[in-house]
Amino acid sequence: MIRRVLLHGLGRGLLTRRPGTRRGGFSLDWDGKVSEIKKKIKSILPGTPRDLLPDTSHLPPEHSDVVIVGGGVLGLSVAYWLKKLENRQGGMRVLVVERDHTYSQASTGLSVGGICQQFSLPENIQLSLFSASFLRNINEYLAVTNAPPLDLQFNPSGYLLLASEKDAAAMESNVKVQKQEGAKVCLMSPDQLRNKFPWINTEGVALASYGMENEGWFDPWCLLHGLRQKLASMGVFFCQGEVTRFVTSSQCMLTTNDEMVTLKSIHEVHVKMDHSLEYQPVECAIVINAAGAWSAQIAALAGIGKGPPGTLQGTKLPVEPRKRYVYVWHCPQGPGLETPLVADTSGAYFRREGLGSNYLGGRSPTEEEEPDPANLEVDHDFFQEKVWPHLALRVPAFETLKVQTAWAGYYDYNTFDQNGVVGPHPLVVNMYFATGFSGHGLQQAPGVGRAVAEMILEGSFQTIDLSPFLFNRFYLGEKTQENNIM
Amino acid sequence: MWDLVLGDRRINSLRLVAPMWNGTRGIHRLGGAVVPEGNQKKERTMLQFLTDHFYDVEALRGYLLQREMSKVHLKNRSFTWLEEQHGPYSAGAFFILKQGGAVKFRDKEWIRPDKYGHFSPEFWNFREVPVEAVDASDCEINYEGLDNLLLLKELQSLSLQRCPHVDDWCLSRLYPLADSLQELSLAGCPRVSERGLACLYHLQNLRRLDISDLPAVSNPGLTQILVEEMLPNCQVVGVNWAEGLKLGPEEQPQDPASPVPA
Repeated sequence: MIRRVLLHGLGRGLLTRRPGTRRGGFSLDWDGKVSEIKKKIKSILPGTPRDLLPDTSHLPPEHSDVVIVGGGVLGLSVAYWLKKLENRQGGMRVLVVERDHTYSQASTGLSVGGICQQFSLPENIQLSLFSASFLRNINEYLAVTNAPPLDLQFNPSGYLLLASEKDAAAMESNVKVQKQEGAKVCLMSPDQLRNKFPWINTEGVALASYGMENEGWFDPWCLLHGLRQKLASMGVFFCQGEVTRFVTSSQCMLTTNDEMVTLKSIHEVHVKMDHSLEYQPVECAIVINAAGAWSAQIAALAGIGKGPPGTLQGTKLPVEPRKRYVYVWHCPQGPGLETPLVADTSGAYFRREGLGSNYLGGRSPTEEEEPDPANLEVDHDFFQEKVWPHLALRVPAFETLKVQTAWAGYYDYNTFDQNGVVGPHPLVVNMYFATGFSGHGLQQAPGVGRAVAEMILEGSFQTIDLSPFLFNRFYLGEKTQENNIM
Repeated sequence: MWDLVLGDRRINSLRLVAPMWNGTRGIHRLGGAVVPEGNQKKERTMLQFLTDHFYDVEALRGYLLQREMSKVHLKNRSFTWLEEQHGPYSAGAFFILKQGGAVKFRDKEWIRPDKYGHFSPEFWNFREVPVEAVDASDCEINYEGLDNLLLLKELQSLSLQRCPHVDDWCLSRLYPLADSLQELSLAGCPRVSERGLACLYHLQNLRRLDISDLPAVSNPGLTQILVEEMLPNCQVVGVNWAEGLKLGPEEQPQDPASPVPA
């Protein structure tokens, strides 16, 4: 009997709940009622912990051992090596502060992505060689469990540098230095060049140097993504914000020559959030300036350069943003799959892009032609007048080409000697620089990151000696000139 | 536990690659840096789920991956010190045979290790006899191991089929063999892409090149055409890019049954 009652009751329940046949639809109302009941319960019961305290998940932590200003490839590389070389796992808290999480103006993403060892300074060659081996073994260095391996899209096609009569002797001595350091570069005469690459017009070329191994170009976004992923797994903190203030404390000391020197030390960094006045003071022990094209502003915040000119206090960081254009064009009769990155005697360069007869390239303007770095607008006339004639002269197939697109990016240009600034500042004792690479920062990032990490953890450069790149040279006037800048 | 991960897609030579993410999907994903989230969620294995939730499992998998990598490094250690005592050809041959490949000296028979990995020591006497052909299929040669392979200066035929660690960087190292190398096979190498194939331009004496079945090449037909243009004297075997092309109206094949127009 109970069963019959149950069935009967259930049956009626089912009948009453059947939608469609009855007007009103009891089922719809039921869902609405449930959510209303939930809301009522929530308002009656005490709130969740999230409601009691304000949400601060977008703010950086209040204390951090190292604050890295700038989240481009150099900043991330320093963070990676700091975490990798620290003696204890989790021994150091590293915070990377990046103003723009879309990296819309960062030099890393807008870069052409080349890596080559054809420099005149041995330190630069060693940095590039190490970076090549880092990129080759990137899946061992940046391995994250459960993540797919990185594919850098590396093109090992090499660099081909052309030299006119007056530069030929310098090129020969450079190649000698490069070979001594272990780079695989060979010299070619114009005849050999014509044999190897029949699409080149060797008029005006006296000598060429061709990199056979460890040279080419790759995808910088992939490197950036891989570094970010690995750093997140290593426990590095990321913050999107802008550094607006350094709070420093000073100490007056006497040198051995009885001169007074004021040594400053940064103990707090104010990080301001986007589109708001909110800021977070981060107590820190070490600050790394990897802000690329804007490094001079960060240095000025720390008081570097505020003093009478000609003194160490008055020596500014000579890094400024310089705008460079990159143009992409299509040329169906252009050079084939084997094309290296060709750098002409005039400074114009180009390389292949993909399988579809697309090429990209550009040229560094002379000092008088320097465009205004206030924005990243592209000047197409520059291509017509200053780049195309040189390309068409060197590669006759480029007389008919069609520009598809173009973009502009910044070089963090070191106006003193076009080489990077690495290492601590003599007066602001806990600010380390990793900037000013004037167009070859991407290819030297792994090596420089390791050097800065060694400087911080061990006190001196251990593997590659980057003493010629210290800040002191700006005050002492000793230029570490690099001749092969593109 | 590995059965859960590999399922029915166990490929021995790719064991380093397969357990760490979804089987063969992983190989095909080498072309892109980021896997779309939707695809990943569907095929997540229990091991991946555990890795996301337990530090121990993550650490264990990291340790096992490091161990696999150090095994490969050990296999590719340098044998160049054997060169003074036995000559470059024997040193290089020893490296190949240790890896499991086969070697052919000039005017001699192929020397192949048996299924236990043992091979006859007669090649130690061939001090002056150059190695003509190397069959390193399915061997775990990587960039460092090529140091040993490049000792064989007069190599004419090289087969690197299905080598899991041969990638574009390795291809850029082959140019010292340009004078002698006539035959090269890269069929089935999962890491070789069209960017590495561009380095084969230096091998001007190459007469036969096999680039079939390269999963990392984005456009096999176009790549085949570009490689054929790059190496005009070489017969390139790979994709038949002509099939599937539509013929123009004047080239329509005549149907034998229809009447021949007068």
